[in-house]
Amino acid sequence: MEWHRRHVLGLSDFHPEEMEFVIDTARSMEEVLTRDIKKVPALRGKTVVNLFFEASTRTRTSFEMAGKRLSADVVNFSSATSSVTKGETLLDTARNIEAMKPNILVVRHSASGAALFLSRHVSCSIVNAGDGANEHPSQGLLDLYTILKVKGKIAGLKIAIVGDILHSRVVRSDLHSLGRMGAKLWLCGPATLVPREMERTGAVLTSDIREAVRGADVIIMLRIQLERQKTAYFPSIREYSRRFGLNREIFSLAKDDAVIMHPGPINRGVELSDELADCERSLVLRQVESGVAVRMALLYLLAGGSHAAH
Amino acid sequence: MLLIKGGRVIDPASRRDEIGHLVLEGGKVREFLAGDAPSGFQGKVIPAQGKWVVPGLIDMHVHLRDPGYEWKEDILTGTRAAAAGGFTSVACMANTNPVNDSAEVTRYIVEKSLREGSVNVYPVAAVTRGLEGKEMADFSELTEAGAVAFSDDGKPVENPLLLRRAMEYMRPFGYRILSHAEDTLLAGGGAAHEGWTARKLGIPGIPSAAEEVAIARDILIARQTGGKLHIQHISTRMGVDLLRMARRAGLDVTGETAPHYFTLTDAALEGYDTNAKMNPPLRGEDDRMAILEGIQDGTIDAIACDHAPHEAYVKRCEFAAAANGIIGLQTSLPLSLSLLAGGKIPTPRLVEMLSAGPARILGLRGKGSLAPGADADATVIDPEEEWEFRTEDVLSRSKNSPFIGWKMRGRAVATICGGRIRHSTIAGVAADA
Repeated sequence: MEWHRRHVLGLSDFHPEEMEFVIDTARSMEEVLTRDIKKVPALRGKTVVNLFFEASTRTRTSFEMAGKRLSADVVNFSSATSSVTKGETLLDTARNIEAMKPNILVVRHSASGAALFLSRHVSCSIVNAGDGANEHPSQGLLDLYTILKVKGKIAGLKIAIVGDILHSRVVRSDLHSLGRMGAKLWLCGPATLVPREMERTGAVLTSDIREAVRGADVIIMLRIQLERQKTAYFPSIREYSRRFGLNREIFSLAKDDAVIMHPGPINRGVELSDELADCERSLVLRQVESGVAVRMALLYLLAGGSHAAH
Repeated sequence: MLLIKGGRVIDPASRRDEIGHLVLEGGKVREFLAGDAPSGFQGKVIPAQGKWVVPGLIDMHVHLRDPGYEWKEDILTGTRAAAAGGFTSVACMANTNPVNDSAEVTRYIVEKSLREGSVNVYPVAAVTRGLEGKEMADFSELTEAGAVAFSDDGKPVENPLLLRRAMEYMRPFGYRILSHAEDTLLAGGGAAHEGWTARKLGIPGIPSAAEEVAIARDILIARQTGGKLHIQHISTRMGVDLLRMARRAGLDVTGETAPHYFTLTDAALEGYDTNAKMNPPLRGEDDRMAILEGIQDGTIDAIACDHAPHEAYVKRCEFAAAANGIIGLQTSLPLSLSLLAGGKIPTPRLVEMLSAGPARILGLRGKGSLAPGADADATVIDPEEEWEFRTEDVLSRSKNSPFIGWKMRGRAVATICGGRIRHSTIAGVAADA
């Protein structure tokens, strides 16, 4: 398969074969990570700029690590301001960075559509590292990769995603990656955070975590964003945890070999009990591991590498 | 003296729909003549064979951005766009800078329009000082200066008690409040219609109920006070239903919708097109159908485009940060004409919503009619002409339209305002200087 993309903005238009191709490439990358010297010269002389308008530690670090392991020069740019009313516009910032001739801009922004918007106005490649509540494609791919590693397939698996569906870009990417590969998806959370319109994705919607978890192969717990509680989508964290938190008892309803995932960072004791977060069936750290490999694959492919050349 | 010759004269106000000739003289309509054209006519002749001749169109909801935001639009450019779109009168909203909440600002608009405007401009003044929703503006000095109605458009009058008092106070004077009906708390900072498209794109939604709750509230306050109310830019099915109900209850409540609400749905947001962002937002297909039904059965009184010019860069940004609103004066008529295609809406009814309807709502005497003695405002429409709306055709200072590149059918080929030709694309007919 050949890679034609200039940008990775979302998974909404990724074909299954294309996702498999990225995963194959990630597998080769992961092999690099097992070596003593975890670095290959694939992106030598290329510049990757992490342009982050929203706080992020793990995604930014993961992209930075991915770039560096491919020998790219990686520069981090963080800015809290991001709207036209607060000084420099997103476009101006991006164009300024672009004038410094990077090859790839890895963009995170609080506005949905921000990455697509920039891709229309700059000439370098754009990787969407999360745009508002739209997509987080590298997360969607790393979730896919992580599940494939453990389960060997996606088709037919019951995968429950529990938490703030409304604001989650992870869900919107997972719906494409996992959904398109044939998983049976269940979206669970408070009705205020599980929009009814999401039924159109083919997923089953529920506010009953037991129903979502029963017989599940994979359970993806989402972070409850405490800062969103200003607008009160549910009565309290305590109430949330009681109804939508995953604990040992509820987890026992899942398949015997079910696994737990979480895009992080975890609110221990809120959406995920302390013991489950660290249990042997938690894939949280393996997701982080897969993340670097998937991001290496994306940067590598965008910078013009082909799978075979590696 | 001006003779508009041989057109199909459609004047809903005088129930006329026949081919003939219209004579304008001294700024007024002199007479309609059927049969042969008058021979030896001394004056300008506008040949209108195959065209429609209708009362000068009225758009009761525009933002001319003057004073204060002249880089977006001003009275000169806004009224030129209006004339090119077939409009001879526009009512401009009060969210200028300074806000039109004083006689000085109203007079400024009136005087500048007389001096520089291509068409009649009717200021709509603020209901509350500074549009702050706290104190009533001085309605009498504003009407004396030329204000024709009151609106805090751009935002609602949030405080129901204040709205009640304003409507009650106005009742004896016959002033009407034009309501931007929105429950802003319920709208919850959303940026698009709460429906599948917004969910898919991850854009925070504005539920239909944000409009419906506010319309219901306003209607109930109108009922309580006996005041005159007009609902602006209706975009939802239930909004139309509520207006219909109010009318059946005998209340003096009128309503408008905009061409984009019967032309587009939230599907236009795909790709995060900021030119499809406005408030109220583009709704779903069922809402669009309901708007069409409301137009068909007469529930909706007026089509008004909510012309909202914005400079390019406030639209050239991420969706959430983009300004609300689109320009509409040059596309309102052709998009409205497209409603005739199904045959369900009679032509005179459509003309009425763009002329006699708004004239009646705003109480504009001599407007919206071609009866003898009415003001000499007329629009000549070629219902067949096919054309493309291109950026270079835009006469507004701002170009924010989702309809750029659209193939249109029908347009105003001549716009006559007060007996003067303000716009003409008819061969041999030049616009007056």
